[in-house]
Amino acid sequence: MTDFAIELDDLQVVYRVRGKDRQVLRGVSLAIERGESYGLVGESGCGKTTAAFAIMRSLPRNGRVLSGSIRVNGEDLLGMGQGEVRNLRATTLSMVYQNPGSALNPAIRIGPQLAEVFELMGVSKEDAAKRVHGMLEKVQISDPTRVMRRYPHQLSGGMQQRVVIAMALAKDPTLLILDEPTTGLDATVEAEVLDLIAALRQEFGTSVLFISHNLAVIAKMCERVGVLYAGRLVEEGVAGEVFRDPRHPYTVGLLRCIPRGGVRKDETPLDTIPGFLPPIGAEIQGCVFAPRCGLVRDICREEEPPLYPVGNGRTSRCHFHQEAHLLPRNAPAELVGTRPGNGGGPLLAVENAGKTYRQEGQEVHALSDVSLGIRPGEVLGLVGESGSGKTTLARVLLGLTAPDPGSQLELEGAPLAARVQQRSREQVRSLQVIFQNPDSALNRRFSVRRIIERALYKLRGLRGDERSRRARELASSVRFDESLLAVRPSQLSGGLKQRVAIARAFAGEPRIVLCDEPTSALDVSVQAAILNLLAELQSGEGVTYLFISHDLGVVRYISDRIAVLYLGHLLELGDAETVFSTPHHPYTEALLSAVPNIEGGERPRIRLEGEIPSAADPPSGCVFHTRCPRKIGPICEQEEPPLEEVEAGHFMRCHIPLEELRVLQAAPPAPRYQSKTTS
Amino acid sequence: MTVVQDPTAPITVPSAPDQAAIARRERLRFLRRSPTFLIGCALVGIWVICAIFGNLIAPHDPEFPDVLNKLVGPSGEHIFGTDRLGRDVLSRVIVGARSVLVIAPIATLLGTVLGTAIGLVTGYYRGLVDEATMRVVDAVLAIPLIITSLLAVVALGPSRVTLILVIGFVFAPIIAKTVRAAVLGEAQLEYVEAARLRNERGLYVMFAEILPNVMGPVIVEFTVRLGYAIFTIATLSFLGFGADPSIPDWGQDISQHYQFISGDVWWPVLFPSLAIATLIVGINLVADAIAQSFER
Repeated sequence: MTDFAIELDDLQVVYRVRGKDRQVLRGVSLAIERGESYGLVGESGCGKTTAAFAIMRSLPRNGRVLSGSIRVNGEDLLGMGQGEVRNLRATTLSMVYQNPGSALNPAIRIGPQLAEVFELMGVSKEDAAKRVHGMLEKVQISDPTRVMRRYPHQLSGGMQQRVVIAMALAKDPTLLILDEPTTGLDATVEAEVLDLIAALRQEFGTSVLFISHNLAVIAKMCERVGVLYAGRLVEEGVAGEVFRDPRHPYTVGLLRCIPRGGVRKDETPLDTIPGFLPPIGAEIQGCVFAPRCGLVRDICREEEPPLYPVGNGRTSRCHFHQEAHLLPRNAPAELVGTRPGNGGGPLLAVENAGKTYRQEGQEVHALSDVSLGIRPGEVLGLVGESGSGKTTLARVLLGLTAPDPGSQLELEGAPLAARVQQRSREQVRSLQVIFQNPDSALNRRFSVRRIIERALYKLRGLRGDERSRRARELASSVRFDESLLAVRPSQLSGGLKQRVAIARAFAGEPRIVLCDEPTSALDVSVQAAILNLLAELQSGEGVTYLFISHDLGVVRYISDRIAVLYLGHLLELGDAETVFSTPHHPYTEALLSAVPNIEGGERPRIRLEGEIPSAADPPSGCVFHTRCPRKIGPICEQEEPPLEEVEAGHFMRCHIPLEELRVLQAAPPAPRYQSKTTS
Repeated sequence: MTVVQDPTAPITVPSAPDQAAIARRERLRFLRRSPTFLIGCALVGIWVICAIFGNLIAPHDPEFPDVLNKLVGPSGEHIFGTDRLGRDVLSRVIVGARSVLVIAPIATLLGTVLGTAIGLVTGYYRGLVDEATMRVVDAVLAIPLIITSLLAVVALGPSRVTLILVIGFVFAPIIAKTVRAAVLGEAQLEYVEAARLRNERGLYVMFAEILPNVMGPVIVEFTVRLGYAIFTIATLSFLGFGADPSIPDWGQDISQHYQFISGDVWWPVLFPSLAIATLIVGINLVADAIAQSFER
């Protein structure tokens, strides 16, 4: 027996596309020790998931291993027959996929579904049921007997992922592969699932291959990390050291793209990585990263760098690894600070906005009594977990969803009709939107030119030469190459598509642009470029944003003020720095503490007990009291606190006085809820 | 602080081929290589040629009654034999392709256009319009197709135009259901909301934005319905409600001769039946292949 749970040696994987082999993994070598947690990072298209599939021997039909070897517990995986591989999957290898909803069979109850894993190992039916119960307890499901009788769709995303993890760990595998296990989950739920994985790893001693695009998650979860770029491992080493002192320009660039450490748009534009990932199967001579590297020299284009040892077991595939940190910055010039003034009325105001849906006879309160104003020229960040009403609020403002009677909307002091059809052309063009997913936001049968020109025609009434001239100007203002105007969106990368969507939103010279998670579907380097662009457009055009995101780092970077929503209620509103620094609302505090940071430093974690309550049956009193770690007593359950201005420009909905919160939050909270497996 | 690449320069990408064009080309390549599609095309092609050039190909005048040679079996002179009036069966089968191949495609086209319009409106507006229309559709679908058609033909009197209208109107609800389902999926996508945020009119959103994205199901539905249309026409003319009793027609020829089968006179029935069968099989093969090419 070797000391390694898994060893990949010079693994090359190709996909056959249109009759040609395209290389996806270009000789990846890595080894994971027993009990070790190894992180694989890289942007989408780098081959992370392909590596996982190769290890599971479940590559898609058109994929195959060209050369190299995979050893599991010292045994050659690629030489095994189908039967042996099945055996291995039943006992030794486990994988947890990104989307727990599709990893579970919707037609089988949780109990029997989990029991199947045990039955495959030859456990009798009665024993299996007992062990399922035990396994569900291990993943901290509080009422296993009830959960076992449920169907997957009756569980929340976080619960589903726990069940999938229970399933994966049921056979006590040697290697557990986690492919973006928390990407679709809310920050507070993500934090819980990550804690759970860490605790279980201790208990089971399982080796883990953790795949994620989120560097902070890797920093928190993994001992060692490998950075994958274009199918090649470019850097490897102890996670903390790699992130503190990266020795490959790609890692350096990746780390610089992330808004963190409280930087703001008017102080520091974000770095981006120029250029594009080479398409799969591209012929590459020399270093894979050379075309995008700021330190590139002639030798990089000619000679493929070997894995240089850079100390402490670390390696870097860069000829100039000593100089990696000197990578020149790639960021636009700093913007002239345009902090909005406080004077004047709000540009867009909502008063008592509510939205109640009727579902199967039940009333679902997606939004209750939200009042806020967006000032001209500011960026108002809107944060909250899924189901908090962020998107509903945006749709109400846009006139796509009619709010409950009694809600009032005002644009520049004039009343704004509830439905977009009833608004004046001037109002319609003043209020535009950038959606999360540019794939579905752009009509795939239209060319980029048609998309932009149609908006110019409808919103500005432009025709002919004037219109095409303006379309070209818009394209260049979002850094979109004119020669691409003729193509359809499907030909473009995610970032370019989002630029088209931004150009369309700006076609009518809007006053306010609602950005609904505009960078959530994008890689970090692309996200940085889009955030820079949004900041630049704002300072150039003086536009106002309502910026919705679940990524607190991004919101903090771009926002002047921040509003925190929970279950359709506005809990806190204030300047970005005020909201992000203590004292803040207990919910905001919990949200902030749930976010892992790359520096790896553990902040005092505040656990939120239980699931987000259903909006069909919101808790009495303060909506947050069921999960609030700072709950003070019956008053929280009985009386809804008013939204009060606790200090200048800082609004909060909490029974605890601000000064008391300041004292409380100076020290980590005494946990009122202790989980069984906390180590 | 040096800046490597001017980040304000427009971003260019290596010119990638148009994905939509690739998909179209792949679809065509799939069809060219699909035996199903090729056999289907061959079968349909033969009948289309017969429909267009029938009078030139036919060895005899399909209308000429050779009274001395009534109900003569297949022979060198009359390969498919003669019918009860001594007309050449082969010639009648060849020329008979015309009536069905003129009416069926036009009727199906009418049904597809109508059905697509209904599907777009109901799927996009939902609500009351949708409910009301779909209940009417359900009512139409509840009555067997052939009975609805019969009633209509009886009421309006048999003619080509009647047949086309009747089949078109009967098919429209069926096609509308399929298109509506596709539109429901599309209408949820944000590009439709983006259009609403430009104050686009409903007609533009439905026909310019959504329609191009649901053309796949529409095309498949058209080919499938074409087969049914031929079957319906043949049935109606078998029952004596054909377009025009004076021109050769497969269904009508079958109905006029099936009483002779008991006397071992099978040829005037078998050959027109085979004609109907091969044409419908051919069209269904083409339809299957096209549907498959979209599903891949």
